[in-house]
Amino acid sequence: IASPAMHLFAEFDDAANLLAANPDATTISIDEPVEIPKNQHSRQQETGREEDDELLGTDDSDKTELLAGQKKSAPFWTFEYYQTFFDVDTYQVLDRIKGSVFPVPGKNFVRLYIRSNPDLYGPFWICATLVFTIAVSGNLSNFFIHLGKPTYRYVPEFRKVSIAATTIYAYAWLVPLALWGFLMWRNSKVMNIVSYSFLEIVCVYGYSLFVYIPTAILWIIPQKVVRWVLMIFSLCLSGSVLVMTFWPAVRDDNRRIALATVVTIVLLHALLAVGCLAYFFDAPEVDFPAPVTPTLNGTIGITKSH
Amino acid sequence: FAGLADVSISEDIPVEGEITVPVGSQSPDEDFSTLDEPVRDTILRDLKAVGKKFVHVMYPKKSSTLLRDWDLWGPLVLCVSLALMLQGGSADSKDDGGPQFAEVFVIIWFGAVVITLNSKLLGGTISFFQSLCVLGYCVLPLTVAMLVCRLVLLAGSGTVSFIIRLIVVAAMFGWSTLASTAFLADSQPPNRKALVVYPISLFYFVISWMILTFTPQ
Repeated sequence: IASPAMHLFAEFDDAANLLAANPDATTISIDEPVEIPKNQHSRQQETGREEDDELLGTDDSDKTELLAGQKKSAPFWTFEYYQTFFDVDTYQVLDRIKGSVFPVPGKNFVRLYIRSNPDLYGPFWICATLVFTIAVSGNLSNFFIHLGKPTYRYVPEFRKVSIAATTIYAYAWLVPLALWGFLMWRNSKVMNIVSYSFLEIVCVYGYSLFVYIPTAILWIIPQKVVRWVLMIFSLCLSGSVLVMTFWPAVRDDNRRIALATVVTIVLLHALLAVGCLAYFFDAPEVDFPAPVTPTLNGTIGITKSH
Repeated sequence: FAGLADVSISEDIPVEGEITVPVGSQSPDEDFSTLDEPVRDTILRDLKAVGKKFVHVMYPKKSSTLLRDWDLWGPLVLCVSLALMLQGGSADSKDDGGPQFAEVFVIIWFGAVVITLNSKLLGGTISFFQSLCVLGYCVLPLTVAMLVCRLVLLAGSGTVSFIIRLIVVAAMFGWSTLASTAFLADSQPPNRKALVVYPISLFYFVISWMILTFTPQ
């Protein structure tokens, strides 16, 4: 049984350098103190699977299922049931945000930070903040771009707030639903895939959107190059959080499906960022001086300003 | 009666009670029936209660008046006047203008409900309507800011007026947030205070943004 696992592991090592896997180290994790240590000792023989288990947490996924079952035992029509989704302290929320902005290569966000205590506070309020940040920054940036023009009158563009809200909340809640359904379906066909609950997926998506908040604020700078650099940078950060979370969940599946899933996740994330940039932020004008010599270059001046 | 000489009542058992039955019950103040008083008295009493709460908001001390006797008249009046003052803004096309009346209304009430739910889900001990009452009353500084902004805009809409408006709105935003935090923070668990205060500041920031970006036609 060890050899196909080693074979798969070697393939993974060659193909995807996303996770800084160290194939022949017997790793003892000191970052996850609540994981039961005796599991690690009993697995000394299977050196190949140790790295995987650290990422997958397959041994304690049963435990987390148990813990989750014990926690959310109130019936769903009582208020206490929903209170279990807000059972986080300030420092925990800040830790999770930090973990989404500085993803550690090789560490799974869900196993490291969520740890069977998914919360809805982070996803909901990060989405709300992002909605208003994008709307306000877009409005401000358009104002600064068009400031000097005589024909420009400032408009608050309030309609865009509702459009932003619909888009971002739909992304942060419907895409996890689709992904969870897809993973459940694959889980029924192929065994040994680590499975995340719906709330954990919502949590990862919600916290991964945090890095877009400072990006949206910095998008006020009216330079195309700066905006695209910022976009790629933030896409890499939040995309890597998502990829490192979901790669272990689909890795054991058919190769093509696994790759297609991960690529789709990243593409949708990129689509959100590009769409927000294109819709809420007007293109910065090219840096030509205003047509100061209308008598000489009248027509050229007008065409230049677009 | 010889046996009764041995009966004694120890000193530490108090014996008390009333033998006489009072004729004509003395009703306490809370049972005061408002059916018999003139309408003017009823209305004035409620108005005085609302006015007292306004004063409490402008000078926030840790008093429990706002929390104990909650009412939603003040928030309604403030919300309607703020929404009315935000009308008449720039609207070349209907799409790009400022918020409509219904949008302001929905944002304020829906935002207050969401924040109240949030604080209750995080384990707050305040009741639903008390929290709505506090959040609604603390919109008062921002309504005052809107009034000032409209007056300043009557005078002109250049850079100077913008700077004045910016300073006034920023100051009132700070005042609103501090006032509502002063009333609400005590009812939260201590290690989650920041989680409750942040949505409140986001709420007042959105209202401040609507006020600041108001441009007349």
